Amino acid sequence: MSELKFTNEHECIMVDGDVAWVGITPYAQEALGDLVYVELPEVGKQVKKGEDFAVVESVKTAAEVYSPVDGEVIEANDNMPDDLALISKPVADGGWIAKIKISDPSQLEGLMDEAAYQDYLKTVD
Amino acid sequence: MKYTALHSAHIELGAKMGEFAGYDMPLYYKLGVMKEHEWTRASCGLFDVSHMGQAMFKGAGAAELIEKLTPSSYEKVKPFRTKYTVLTNEQGGIIDDLMVTKTDDDQFHFVLNAGCKDKDIAWIKQHLSEDIEFHHYDDWALIALQGPKAEEVVREVLGYDLSDLPYMAVWPRDDFEMFISRLGYTGEDGFEISVPNKDALELWNKLAAHAAVEPIGLAARDSLRLEMGYCLYGHDINDTTTPVEADIAWVMGNGDNTGFIGADVILPQKENGALRKRVGVKLTDKGVAREGAEIRNESDEKIGELTSGGFGPSVQGAIGQGYVPIEYAQEGTKIFVNVRGRNIAAEIASMPFVQPSTKSMKKAA
Repeated sequence: MSELKFTNEHECIMVDGDVAWVGITPYAQEALGDLVYVELPEVGKQVKKGEDFAVVESVKTAAEVYSPVDGEVIEANDNMPDDLALISKPVADGGWIAKIKISDPSQLEGLMDEAAYQDYLKTVD
Repeated sequence: MKYTALHSAHIELGAKMGEFAGYDMPLYYKLGVMKEHEWTRASCGLFDVSHMGQAMFKGAGAAELIEKLTPSSYEKVKPFRTKYTVLTNEQGGIIDDLMVTKTDDDQFHFVLNAGCKDKDIAWIKQHLSEDIEFHHYDDWALIALQGPKAEEVVREVLGYDLSDLPYMAVWPRDDFEMFISRLGYTGEDGFEISVPNKDALELWNKLAAHAAVEPIGLAARDSLRLEMGYCLYGHDINDTTTPVEADIAWVMGNGDNTGFIGADVILPQKENGALRKRVGVKLTDKGVAREGAEIRNESDEKIGELTSGGFGPSVQGAIGQGYVPIEYAQEGTKIFVNVRGRNIAAEIASMPFVQPSTKSMKKAA
Protein backbone atom coordinates (compact mmCIF):
# COMPACT_ATOMS: atom_id res chain seq x y z
CA MET A 1 0.00 0.00 0.00
CA SER A 2 1.34 3.39 -0.89
CA GLU A 3 1.56 6.35 1.43
CA LEU A 4 -1.27 8.85 1.64
CA LYS A 5 -1.35 12.17 -0.19
CA PHE A 6 -3.35 15.26 0.67
CA THR A 7 -4.75 18.36 -1.01
CA ASN A 8 -5.24 21.77 0.55
CA GLU A 9 -9.00 21.24 0.08
CA HIS A 10 -8.70 18.35 2.56
CA GLU A 11 -9.01 15.42 0.20
CA CYS A 12 -7.08 12.35 1.23
CA ILE A 13 -5.67 10.15 -1.55
CA MET A 14 -4.23 6.69 -1.63
CA VAL A 15 -2.38 5.94 -4.85
CA ASP A 16 -2.73 2.35 -5.97
CA GLY A 17 -0.77 1.93 -9.20
CA ASP A 18 -2.44 4.28 -11.69
CA VAL A 19 -5.59 4.68 -9.58
CA ALA A 20 -6.28 7.34 -6.93
CA TRP A 21 -8.66 6.37 -4.13
CA VAL A 22 -10.09 9.66 -2.93
CA GLY A 23 -11.78 10.45 0.40
CA ILE A 24 -11.84 13.37 2.80
CA THR A 25 -9.63 13.97 5.80
CA PRO A 26 -10.69 13.86 9.47
CA TYR A 27 -10.24 17.63 9.51
CA ALA A 28 -12.83 18.01 6.72
CA GLN A 29 -15.21 15.62 8.47
CA GLU A 30 -14.92 17.57 11.68
CA ALA A 31 -15.57 20.86 9.89
CA LEU A 32 -18.62 19.46 8.13
CA GLY A 33 -20.20 17.90 11.19
CA ASP A 34 -22.90 15.26 11.00
CA LEU A 35 -23.18 13.91 7.47
CA VAL A 36 -26.57 13.27 5.94
CA TYR A 37 -25.82 12.38 2.33
CA VAL A 38 -23.04 11.74 -0.16
CA GLU A 39 -23.64 12.41 -3.83
CA LEU A 40 -21.43 10.07 -5.83
CA PRO A 41 -20.05 10.61 -9.33
CA GLU A 42 -21.11 8.42 -12.23
CA VAL A 43 -18.63 5.79 -13.29
CA GLY A 44 -16.98 6.88 -16.54
CA LYS A 45 -17.08 10.56 -15.67
CA GLN A 46 -14.00 12.44 -16.89
CA VAL A 47 -12.64 14.78 -14.27
CA LYS A 48 -10.00 17.49 -14.27
CA LYS A 49 -7.64 18.24 -11.41
CA GLY A 50 -9.40 20.67 -9.07
CA GLU A 51 -12.86 19.90 -10.47
CA ASP A 52 -15.57 18.68 -8.14
CA PHE A 53 -16.70 15.11 -8.65
CA ALA A 54 -18.77 14.41 -5.52
CA VAL A 55 -20.68 16.33 -2.87
CA VAL A 56 -20.78 15.61 0.84
CA GLU A 57 -23.87 16.98 2.56
CA SER A 58 -23.98 17.60 6.30
CA VAL A 59 -26.75 19.12 8.40
CA LYS A 60 -24.87 22.37 8.13
CA THR A 61 -23.77 22.59 4.53
CA ALA A 62 -22.91 20.95 1.22
CA ALA A 63 -19.22 20.52 0.46
CA GLU A 64 -17.76 19.65 -2.90
CA VAL A 65 -15.06 17.03 -3.17
CA TYR A 66 -12.38 17.93 -5.73
CA SER A 67 -10.38 15.61 -7.89
CA PRO A 68 -6.66 15.67 -7.09
CA VAL A 69 -5.76 14.71 -10.67
CA ASP A 70 -7.06 14.55 -14.25
CA GLY A 71 -8.63 11.21 -14.93
CA GLU A 72 -11.69 9.00 -15.18
CA VAL A 73 -13.94 7.80 -12.39
CA ILE A 74 -13.72 4.02 -12.55
CA GLU A 75 -15.62 3.21 -9.37
CA ALA A 76 -17.85 5.01 -6.87
CA ASN A 77 -18.37 3.78 -3.33
CA ASP A 78 -22.02 2.74 -3.66
CA ASN A 79 -22.11 1.58 -0.03
CA MET A 80 -21.40 5.03 1.29
CA PRO A 81 -24.79 6.78 0.82
CA ASP A 82 -26.39 4.04 2.91
CA ASP A 83 -23.59 3.86 5.45
CA LEU A 84 -22.28 7.36 6.01
CA ALA A 85 -20.03 6.20 8.83
CA LEU A 86 -17.76 4.78 6.11
CA ILE A 87 -16.46 8.27 5.37
CA SER A 88 -14.59 8.33 8.67
CA LYS A 89 -12.76 5.11 7.86
CA PRO A 90 -9.31 5.15 6.31
CA VAL A 91 -9.46 5.66 2.54
CA ALA A 92 -8.07 2.18 1.96
CA ASP A 93 -10.59 0.64 4.36
CA GLY A 94 -13.94 1.84 3.01
CA GLY A 95 -13.46 5.59 3.42
CA TRP A 96 -12.91 6.24 -0.28
CA ILE A 97 -15.64 8.08 -2.17
CA ALA A 98 -14.42 7.29 -5.69
CA LYS A 99 -11.52 5.70 -7.51
CA ILE A 100 -10.05 7.81 -10.28
CA LYS A 101 -7.80 6.44 -13.01
CA ILE A 102 -4.90 8.86 -13.19
CA SER A 103 -4.12 10.30 -16.66
CA ASP A 104 -1.04 12.27 -15.68
CA PRO A 105 0.95 10.81 -12.78
CA SER A 106 3.16 13.90 -12.64
CA GLN A 107 0.22 15.75 -11.06
CA LEU A 108 0.70 13.63 -7.94
CA GLU A 109 3.93 15.45 -7.25
CA GLY A 110 2.04 18.59 -6.31
CA LEU A 111 0.20 16.86 -3.47
CA MET A 112 1.23 17.01 0.17
CA ASP A 113 2.45 14.08 2.21
CA GLU A 114 1.18 13.46 5.74
CA ALA A 115 3.81 15.65 7.43
CA ALA A 116 3.28 18.54 5.01
CA TYR A 117 -0.48 18.28 5.46
CA GLN A 118 -0.17 18.40 9.24
CA ASP A 119 1.96 21.53 8.88
CA TYR A 120 -0.61 22.96 6.49
CA LEU A 121 -3.42 22.35 9.02
CA LYS A 122 -1.63 24.57 11.48
CA THR A 123 -1.98 27.45 9.02
CA VAL A 124 -5.73 27.07 8.51
CA ASP A 125 -8.35 28.26 10.93
CA MET B 1 -19.74 43.26 14.70
CA LYS B 2 -22.26 43.42 17.54
CA TYR B 3 -22.28 41.20 20.61
CA THR B 4 -24.99 40.00 22.96
CA ALA B 5 -24.55 40.11 26.73
CA LEU B 6 -23.89 36.35 26.60
CA HIS B 7 -21.04 36.43 24.08
CA SER B 8 -18.36 35.50 26.62
CA ALA B 9 -20.40 32.46 27.71
CA HIS B 10 -20.51 31.16 24.13
CA ILE B 11 -16.75 31.55 23.75
CA GLU B 12 -16.18 29.79 27.07
CA LEU B 13 -18.46 26.93 25.96
CA GLY B 14 -16.33 26.51 22.84
CA ALA B 15 -19.04 27.52 20.39
CA LYS B 16 -18.35 27.84 16.70
CA MET B 17 -19.26 31.47 16.15
CA GLY B 18 -20.57 33.11 13.02
CA GLU B 19 -22.14 36.35 11.89
CA PHE B 20 -25.92 36.57 11.95
CA ALA B 21 -27.74 39.87 11.35
CA GLY B 22 -24.62 41.78 12.32
CA TYR B 23 -24.07 39.83 15.55
CA ASP B 24 -21.34 37.34 16.39
CA MET B 25 -23.55 34.41 17.37
CA PRO B 26 -23.07 30.74 18.32
CA LEU B 27 -23.81 28.50 15.33
CA TYR B 28 -23.23 25.32 17.28
CA TYR B 29 -21.47 24.12 20.40
CA LYS B 30 -19.52 20.96 21.18
CA LEU B 31 -22.49 18.60 20.71
CA GLY B 32 -22.85 19.57 17.05
CA VAL B 33 -26.00 20.46 15.13
CA MET B 34 -27.59 17.01 14.96
CA LYS B 35 -27.25 16.21 18.65
CA GLU B 36 -28.28 19.73 19.67
CA HIS B 37 -31.43 19.33 17.61
CA GLU B 38 -32.21 15.95 19.15
CA TRP B 39 -31.38 17.16 22.66
CA THR B 40 -33.91 19.99 22.33
CA ARG B 41 -36.65 17.57 21.25
CA ALA B 42 -35.80 15.12 24.04
CA SER B 43 -34.72 17.29 26.97
CA CYS B 44 -34.11 21.04 27.12
CA GLY B 45 -32.13 23.39 24.90
CA LEU B 46 -30.82 26.79 25.98
CA PHE B 47 -30.63 29.48 23.28
CA ASP B 48 -29.25 33.01 23.25
CA VAL B 49 -31.67 35.01 21.13
CA SER B 50 -30.68 38.38 22.55
CA HIS B 51 -29.96 39.66 19.05
CA MET B 52 -33.70 39.89 18.53
CA GLY B 53 -35.37 43.24 19.04
CA GLN B 54 -37.52 43.92 22.09
CA ALA B 55 -39.72 46.98 22.09
CA MET B 56 -42.94 48.36 23.53
CA PHE B 57 -45.41 51.12 22.93
CA LYS B 58 -48.17 52.39 25.18
CA GLY B 59 -50.61 55.24 25.54
CA ALA B 60 -53.91 56.46 24.15
CA GLY B 61 -54.35 55.09 20.64
CA ALA B 62 -51.90 52.19 21.04
CA ALA B 63 -54.67 49.63 20.46
CA GLU B 64 -55.66 51.37 17.23
CA LEU B 65 -52.05 51.63 16.14
CA ILE B 66 -51.27 47.94 16.58
CA GLU B 67 -54.32 47.12 14.44
CA LYS B 68 -53.02 49.48 11.79
CA LEU B 69 -49.51 48.00 11.77
CA THR B 70 -50.56 44.34 11.86
CA PRO B 71 -53.57 42.52 10.35
CA SER B 72 -54.47 40.81 13.64
CA SER B 73 -57.13 41.95 16.06
CA TYR B 74 -56.47 42.44 19.74
CA GLU B 75 -59.74 43.69 21.16
CA LYS B 76 -60.72 40.29 22.54
CA VAL B 77 -57.18 39.37 23.49
CA LYS B 78 -56.69 39.19 27.23
CA PRO B 79 -53.76 40.97 28.85
CA PHE B 80 -50.51 38.98 28.95
CA ARG B 81 -51.48 36.95 25.91
CA THR B 82 -49.15 36.83 22.92
CA LYS B 83 -49.97 36.67 19.22
CA TYR B 84 -47.76 35.73 16.31
CA THR B 85 -48.39 38.27 13.57
CA VAL B 86 -46.75 40.33 10.83
CA LEU B 87 -46.02 43.97 10.05
CA THR B 88 -47.43 44.68 6.60
CA ASN B 89 -46.56 47.31 4.00
CA GLU B 90 -48.92 49.16 1.61
CA GLN B 91 -48.41 46.51 -1.06
CA GLY B 92 -49.52 43.79 1.32
CA GLY B 93 -45.98 42.47 1.75
CA ILE B 94 -44.47 41.44 5.06
CA ILE B 95 -42.03 43.87 6.69
CA ASP B 96 -41.33 41.40 9.49
CA ASP B 97 -42.98 38.62 11.46
CA LEU B 98 -43.11 39.18 15.19
CA MET B 99 -44.60 38.30 18.53
CA VAL B 100 -46.95 40.88 20.03
CA THR B 101 -47.92 40.68 23.69
CA LYS B 102 -50.80 42.76 24.97
CA THR B 103 -49.73 43.83 28.45
CA ASP B 104 -52.60 46.28 28.92
CA ASP B 105 -55.46 47.64 26.82
CA ASP B 106 -53.18 50.34 25.48
CA GLN B 107 -49.80 48.67 25.88
CA PHE B 108 -48.07 46.18 23.57
CA HIS B 109 -44.67 44.51 23.71
CA PHE B 110 -42.91 43.17 20.61
CA VAL B 111 -40.18 40.72 19.78
CA LEU B 112 -38.71 41.50 16.35
CA ASN B 113 -36.25 39.69 14.10
CA ALA B 114 -32.64 40.77 14.58
CA GLY B 115 -32.13 41.53 10.90
CA CYS B 116 -35.31 43.61 10.72
CA LYS B 117 -35.40 45.43 14.04
CA ASP B 118 -33.89 48.70 12.84
CA LYS B 119 -36.27 49.06 9.90
CA ASP B 120 -39.20 47.84 12.04
CA ILE B 121 -38.53 50.43 14.72
CA ALA B 122 -38.19 53.19 12.13
CA TRP B 123 -41.46 52.04 10.57
CA ILE B 124 -43.30 51.92 13.89
CA LYS B 125 -41.95 55.32 14.94
CA GLN B 126 -43.17 56.76 11.66
CA HIS B 127 -46.72 55.86 12.71
CA LEU B 128 -46.61 56.95 16.35
CA SER B 129 -48.87 59.74 17.55
CA GLU B 130 -47.78 62.16 20.25
CA ASP B 131 -49.75 60.32 22.90
CA ILE B 132 -47.93 57.04 22.36
CA GLU B 133 -44.67 56.37 24.12
CA PHE B 134 -42.22 54.01 22.44
CA HIS B 135 -39.37 52.15 24.09
CA HIS B 136 -36.67 49.93 22.60
CA TYR B 137 -35.24 47.51 25.16
CA ASP B 138 -31.84 47.55 23.52
CA ASP B 139 -30.09 46.72 26.78
CA TRP B 140 -32.13 43.60 27.46
CA ALA B 141 -31.24 40.01 26.66
CA LEU B 142 -33.53 37.19 25.56
CA ILE B 143 -32.91 33.59 26.55
CA ALA B 144 -35.00 30.73 25.19
CA LEU B 145 -35.43 27.46 27.02
CA GLN B 146 -37.04 24.86 24.76
CA GLY B 147 -37.90 21.22 25.17
CA PRO B 148 -40.04 18.82 27.19
CA LYS B 149 -38.00 19.42 30.35
CA ALA B 150 -38.12 23.23 30.15
CA GLU B 151 -40.88 23.55 32.76
CA GLU B 152 -38.98 21.30 35.17
CA VAL B 153 -35.76 23.26 34.62
CA VAL B 154 -37.46 26.58 35.38
CA ARG B 155 -38.96 25.09 38.52
CA GLU B 156 -35.72 23.56 39.74
CA VAL B 157 -33.38 26.40 38.79
CA LEU B 158 -35.52 29.48 39.33
CA GLY B 159 -38.10 28.13 41.75
CA TYR B 160 -41.04 29.20 39.58
CA ASP B 161 -43.92 26.81 38.99
CA LEU B 162 -45.18 27.68 35.52
CA SER B 163 -47.32 24.59 35.01
CA ASP B 164 -50.45 26.78 34.79
CA LEU B 165 -49.01 29.22 32.28
CA PRO B 166 -50.72 28.59 28.92
CA TYR B 167 -48.98 28.54 25.54
CA MET B 168 -48.58 32.03 24.03
CA ALA B 169 -48.86 33.81 27.35
CA VAL B 170 -46.59 35.91 29.55
CA TRP B 171 -46.35 35.27 33.27
CA PRO B 172 -48.20 38.25 34.74
CA ARG B 173 -45.78 39.51 37.35
CA ASP B 174 -44.45 42.99 37.76
CA ASP B 175 -42.50 42.52 40.95
CA PHE B 176 -39.22 41.76 39.23
CA GLU B 177 -37.33 42.75 36.11
CA MET B 178 -38.06 39.70 34.00
CA PHE B 179 -40.64 38.62 31.45
CA ILE B 180 -41.25 34.92 31.03
CA SER B 181 -43.32 33.87 27.99
CA ARG B 182 -44.41 30.36 27.16
CA LEU B 183 -43.59 30.17 23.47
CA GLY B 184 -40.71 29.54 21.11
CA TYR B 185 -39.45 28.68 17.66
CA THR B 186 -38.93 24.93 17.96
CA GLY B 187 -42.39 23.36 18.33
CA GLU B 188 -41.45 22.17 21.79
CA ASP B 189 -42.88 23.38 25.05
CA GLY B 190 -40.69 26.08 26.49
CA PHE B 191 -40.10 29.65 27.48
CA GLU B 192 -38.45 32.84 26.41
CA ILE B 193 -37.03 34.84 29.27
CA SER B 194 -36.37 38.51 28.84
CA VAL B 195 -33.98 40.11 31.33
CA PRO B 196 -31.80 43.21 31.52
CA ASN B 197 -28.31 42.62 30.12
CA LYS B 198 -26.79 43.04 33.58
CA ASP B 199 -28.63 39.93 34.82
CA ALA B 200 -28.33 37.83 31.67
CA LEU B 201 -25.04 36.04 32.24
CA GLU B 202 -25.93 34.93 35.75
CA LEU B 203 -29.28 33.59 34.54
CA TRP B 204 -27.68 31.81 31.57
CA ASN B 205 -25.06 30.16 33.75
CA LYS B 206 -27.64 28.98 36.26
CA LEU B 207 -29.80 27.45 33.54
CA ALA B 208 -26.83 25.97 31.67
CA ALA B 209 -25.67 24.20 34.84
CA HIS B 210 -28.82 22.05 35.03
CA ALA B 211 -28.17 18.46 33.94
CA ALA B 212 -31.13 18.47 31.53
CA VAL B 213 -29.85 21.56 29.71
CA GLU B 214 -27.45 21.92 26.77
CA PRO B 215 -26.68 25.17 24.94
CA ILE B 216 -28.02 25.14 21.37
CA GLY B 217 -26.75 27.24 18.47
CA LEU B 218 -28.46 28.95 15.59
CA ALA B 219 -27.90 26.04 13.20
CA ALA B 220 -30.07 23.66 15.23
CA ARG B 221 -32.51 26.49 15.88
CA ASP B 222 -32.95 26.61 12.11
CA SER B 223 -33.47 22.86 11.64
CA LEU B 224 -35.91 22.82 14.57
CA ARG B 225 -38.02 25.63 13.13
CA LEU B 226 -37.83 24.18 9.62
CA GLU B 227 -39.36 20.93 10.86
CA MET B 228 -42.21 22.98 12.31
CA GLY B 229 -42.80 24.80 9.04
CA TYR B 230 -42.18 28.14 10.71
CA CYS B 231 -41.16 31.01 8.46
CA LEU B 232 -37.67 32.48 8.56
CA TYR B 233 -37.86 36.13 7.61
CA GLY B 234 -35.80 37.11 4.57
CA HIS B 235 -36.07 33.56 3.28
CA ASP B 236 -39.60 32.14 3.50
CA ILE B 237 -41.26 35.53 3.77
CA ASN B 238 -40.20 39.04 2.78
CA ASP B 239 -41.61 42.40 1.76
CA THR B 240 -42.94 40.97 -1.52
CA THR B 241 -44.82 37.99 -0.05
CA THR B 242 -48.26 38.54 1.42
CA PRO B 243 -49.59 36.69 4.49
CA VAL B 244 -52.05 34.86 2.20
CA GLU B 245 -49.29 33.69 -0.14
CA ALA B 246 -47.19 32.71 2.88
CA ASP B 247 -50.15 30.63 4.14
CA ILE B 248 -50.24 32.48 7.44
CA ALA B 249 -53.54 34.25 6.78
CA TRP B 250 -54.66 32.71 10.09
CA VAL B 251 -52.89 35.59 11.84
CA MET B 252 -55.95 37.62 10.75
CA GLY B 253 -58.24 35.43 12.86
CA ASN B 254 -61.89 36.03 12.09
CA GLY B 255 -61.04 39.06 10.05
CA ASP B 256 -62.23 41.61 12.58
CA ASN B 257 -59.40 43.94 11.66
CA THR B 258 -60.01 45.51 8.24
CA GLY B 259 -58.13 48.77 8.69
CA PHE B 260 -54.51 47.62 8.66
CA ILE B 261 -51.85 48.79 6.23
CA GLY B 262 -52.08 46.73 3.04
CA ALA B 263 -55.65 45.57 3.74
CA ASP B 264 -56.80 46.59 0.26
CA VAL B 265 -54.39 44.02 -1.20
CA ILE B 266 -54.54 41.34 1.46
CA LEU B 267 -58.28 41.15 2.21
CA PRO B 268 -59.37 40.51 -1.41
CA GLN B 269 -56.57 37.94 -1.65
CA LYS B 270 -57.81 36.25 1.50
CA GLU B 271 -61.28 36.12 -0.06
CA ASN B 272 -60.28 34.99 -3.55
CA GLY B 273 -57.05 33.16 -2.88
CA ALA B 274 -53.55 33.97 -4.06
CA LEU B 275 -51.88 32.72 -7.24
CA ARG B 276 -49.01 31.15 -5.34
CA LYS B 277 -48.59 29.64 -1.94
CA ARG B 278 -45.84 28.71 0.51
CA VAL B 279 -45.77 24.93 0.83
CA GLY B 280 -43.78 22.22 2.53
CA VAL B 281 -41.56 20.04 0.37
CA LYS B 282 -40.38 16.58 1.29
CA LEU B 283 -37.75 14.77 -0.74
CA THR B 284 -38.84 11.24 -1.58
CA ASP B 285 -35.54 10.28 -3.16
CA LYS B 286 -32.07 10.56 -1.67
CA GLY B 287 -30.36 13.90 -1.37
CA VAL B 288 -30.60 17.24 0.34
CA ALA B 289 -31.97 20.41 -1.25
CA ARG B 290 -31.27 23.83 0.16
CA GLU B 291 -32.49 27.37 -0.29
CA GLY B 292 -32.45 28.41 -3.94
CA ALA B 293 -32.97 24.92 -5.39
CA GLU B 294 -35.44 25.05 -8.27
CA ILE B 295 -38.79 23.32 -7.85
CA ARG B 296 -39.83 21.66 -11.12
CA ASN B 297 -43.01 19.96 -12.25
CA GLU B 298 -43.19 16.52 -13.85
CA SER B 299 -42.54 18.14 -17.27
CA ASP B 300 -39.28 19.51 -15.87
CA GLU B 301 -40.52 23.11 -15.99
CA LYS B 302 -39.47 25.45 -13.19
CA ILE B 303 -42.44 26.26 -10.97
CA GLY B 304 -40.69 27.79 -7.99
CA GLU B 305 -37.68 27.75 -5.70
CA LEU B 306 -36.97 26.52 -2.21
CA THR B 307 -36.85 29.38 0.27
CA SER B 308 -35.48 27.10 3.01
CA GLY B 309 -34.24 23.55 2.90
CA GLY B 310 -32.09 21.04 4.66
CA PHE B 311 -32.03 17.83 6.57
CA GLY B 312 -34.59 17.40 9.35
CA PRO B 313 -32.97 15.29 12.08
CA SER B 314 -36.33 14.38 13.67
CA VAL B 315 -37.94 13.76 10.27
CA GLN B 316 -34.85 11.76 9.29
CA GLY B 317 -35.13 13.16 5.82
CA ALA B 318 -34.63 16.18 3.63
CA ILE B 319 -37.32 18.85 3.84
CA GLY B 320 -37.89 22.39 2.69
CA GLN B 321 -40.29 25.20 2.02
CA GLY B 322 -40.97 27.17 -1.11
CA TYR B 323 -43.56 28.97 -3.19
CA VAL B 324 -45.41 27.21 -5.98
CA PRO B 325 -48.36 28.21 -8.19
CA ILE B 326 -51.59 27.32 -6.45
CA GLU B 327 -52.34 24.45 -8.86
CA TYR B 328 -49.28 22.61 -7.51
CA ALA B 329 -49.89 23.43 -3.85
CA GLN B 330 -51.94 20.38 -2.98
CA GLU B 331 -50.39 17.93 -0.54
CA GLY B 332 -48.98 14.88 -2.31
CA THR B 333 -48.33 16.63 -5.63
CA LYS B 334 -45.27 15.07 -7.24
CA ILE B 335 -42.49 17.51 -8.00
CA PHE B 336 -38.73 17.60 -8.42
CA VAL B 337 -36.14 19.72 -6.72
CA ASN B 338 -33.13 20.40 -8.87
CA VAL B 339 -29.81 20.15 -7.06
CA ARG B 340 -26.64 20.82 -9.02
CA GLY B 341 -28.40 19.95 -12.27
CA ARG B 342 -29.95 16.75 -10.99
CA ASN B 343 -33.68 16.32 -10.40
CA ILE B 344 -34.51 14.73 -7.06
CA ALA B 345 -38.04 13.37 -6.64
CA ALA B 346 -40.06 15.19 -4.01
CA GLU B 347 -43.62 15.95 -3.07
CA ILE B 348 -45.66 18.74 -1.59
CA ALA B 349 -46.08 17.93 2.09
CA SER B 350 -48.20 19.34 4.86
CA MET B 351 -46.47 21.31 7.59
CA PRO B 352 -45.45 20.95 10.32
CA PHE B 353 -43.26 18.00 9.38
CA VAL B 354 -43.15 17.02 13.06
CA GLN B 355 -46.08 17.18 15.47
CA PRO B 356 -45.64 20.11 17.84
CA SER B 357 -45.48 19.45 21.58
CA THR B 358 -46.50 22.92 22.67
CA LYS B 359 -48.97 23.29 25.53
CA SER B 360 -52.60 24.22 25.22
CA MET B 361 -53.42 27.89 24.79
CA LYS B 362 -56.29 27.39 27.19
CA LYS B 363 -55.73 28.16 30.81
CA ALA B 364 -54.75 25.03 32.70
CA ALA B 365 -57.36 23.79 35.15
